[in-house]
Amino acid sequence: MEFFLQLLIQGLSVGFLYALAALGFVMIFKSSSVLNFAHGELLAIGAFIFLVFSVRLNLPIPIAFLFTLAGTFAMGFVIERLFLRPLIGEALIEVIMLTVGLAAMFKGLLLVIFGGNLFNYPDFLPKALTIEWGAITIPPVYVASFIIGIIFLSIFGFFFKYSSQGIYMRSVADNQPAALSLGVHVRRVFAMSWAIAALVCALSGIILGIMNGINVHDISIMGLKVFPVVILGGLESIGGAIIGGLIIGLLETFTGGYLSTSLKEVIPYVVLVFILLVKPYGLFGLVEIERV
Amino acid sequence: MEDNILLQLNNISVVYSDVIQVLKGVSLVVKKGQIVSLLGSNGAGKTTTLKAISGLLKPENGKVTEGNIVYEGHLIQNSAPEQITRLGIIQVLEGRQPFKYLTVEENLRVGTATRWGKPYKKDLELVYHYFQPLVARKNRLAGYCSGGELQMLVMGRALMAHPKLLLLDEPSLGLAPFLVREIFEIVKRINEEQRTTIMLVEQNANMALLIAHYGYVMENGKIVMEDEAKKLRENPDVKEFYLGTAASGVLKSYKEVKSYKRRKRWL
Ligand SMILES: Nc1ncnc2c1ncn2[C@@H]1O[C@H](COP(=O)(O)OP(=O)(O)OP(=O)(O)O)[C@@H](O)[C@H]1O
Ligand SMILES: [Mg+2]
Repeated sequence: MEFFLQLLIQGLSVGFLYALAALGFVMIFKSSSVLNFAHGELLAIGAFIFLVFSVRLNLPIPIAFLFTLAGTFAMGFVIERLFLRPLIGEALIEVIMLTVGLAAMFKGLLLVIFGGNLFNYPDFLPKALTIEWGAITIPPVYVASFIIGIIFLSIFGFFFKYSSQGIYMRSVADNQPAALSLGVHVRRVFAMSWAIAALVCALSGIILGIMNGINVHDISIMGLKVFPVVILGGLESIGGAIIGGLIIGLLETFTGGYLSTSLKEVIPYVVLVFILLVKPYGLFGLVEIERV
Repeated sequence: MEDNILLQLNNISVVYSDVIQVLKGVSLVVKKGQIVSLLGSNGAGKTTTLKAISGLLKPENGKVTEGNIVYEGHLIQNSAPEQITRLGIIQVLEGRQPFKYLTVEENLRVGTATRWGKPYKKDLELVYHYFQPLVARKNRLAGYCSGGELQMLVMGRALMAHPKLLLLDEPSLGLAPFLVREIFEIVKRINEEQRTTIMLVEQNANMALLIAHYGYVMENGKIVMEDEAKKLRENPDVKEFYLGTAASGVLKSYKEVKSYKRRKRWL
């Protein structure tokens, strides 16, 4: 029972990590129909920027954290402006190939600057975050992931549901010509979705870095995890990305805990295949509203 | 130039994809505070004319290749829709285009995009005042609304933007006759009470000419007739071709129907 609880909490923490990364992926897809193959690299960039601020520049952790968020947000805008915007109106496959190219470029840049070694953040998480409860011990990083996940997913949930900018963003995803006719700045919405994506990726990159250390290859590989998550949740649904992330996180952790760590990477995909057989558009995929 | 002119199209030509010429020298004038109706059969180029004004040609790979469009002293041909909407020109697209996965009220809020950050509660009230059936639907997904509700929604959404010039593309399309009457009634009230200048594209010439001050008739990418709405209603050609009421009231023979087709070509 205690072991189960421990796995449950760890699984949810890992799930929040995936959910954050998937949120960014879904946002880019929803607003501009682009599948971003450079997603893992965005995680890695976030993790390394935090490394630079916290270790190389030795800034206090909260400041380094805020700078990283601001920096990656701005970087998202720049990426859209420099690389994506010139391709607006071109065939989608070209844009998707561009993101494959971006992935290679980002990874190359990180390797040139930092090399392929494993880095570590200083051990900055307060010990008070550790949960000890009977025989259960949950390391602080899982608790932190849990908290950050809940905070940021709620912030973005409220942003999309209630704020005007969030509603403009959803309107572009829904019906682009109509959004244009009302003066919604569609290109700005694209840029905004890249900025938010880069920011949430940085969050999950940092958490990953705390958990496993920071290595260009290891972190960018984690970008592949967004595929089962968004396929499970439904490509169109932000809520689905969150639930999908949590499910995959739990599946992995429970498989690793009860069966074996080597199956951890496989079982979630097996489950995925079964779910897709039953619900081909994912759990929360868009069911086209047919009337109108 | 007279200063009660809000919009002027001077001899514009529009070409899609660099080769398909759709408008061939269209000139028209919209005076402040009026309802100006643009009539014509399918494919005449009415929607294209509206899109040339609102800038929505651009995403469809269309372009004004000749002539110019003057709006309040600005030359706006081929400007981006983000700029044109911010000058106060809002187009309500043909065929009602709701944001299906947004609620009715969220749809209305998208109408604030041109003045983001300003208060909008009063405007919501105004829209609900004109389009009362929307009140009961405000938290429903727009995708589940009926055609009449949607037409009200898209017009209300445009109203949220405080347009100076509202471009309406076939608001009566596919609606039951009593609803059409209601919609036109509201269009007229908006024009009178909000002092919104309106350009009304219609196939339902009968209704359109009842509320319009001035009218243009288009065929094949050209303006073929223009006059006061009152006079257009009396014009025998318009009566025959667009109002469906021949002067004599006698059923036309087949031969005359054929001549209608012939005449339509040169009209
Ligand atoms: N994006 C486009 N690319 C190429 N041709 C187009 C495009 N849009 C419209 N056309 C053509 O331009 C002509 C005029 O179209 P338009 O939609 O302006 O007509 P309309 O008067 O609004 O007709 P309707 O009453 O059927 O809406 C048509 O022949 C149409 O096929
Ligand atoms: Mg049309």
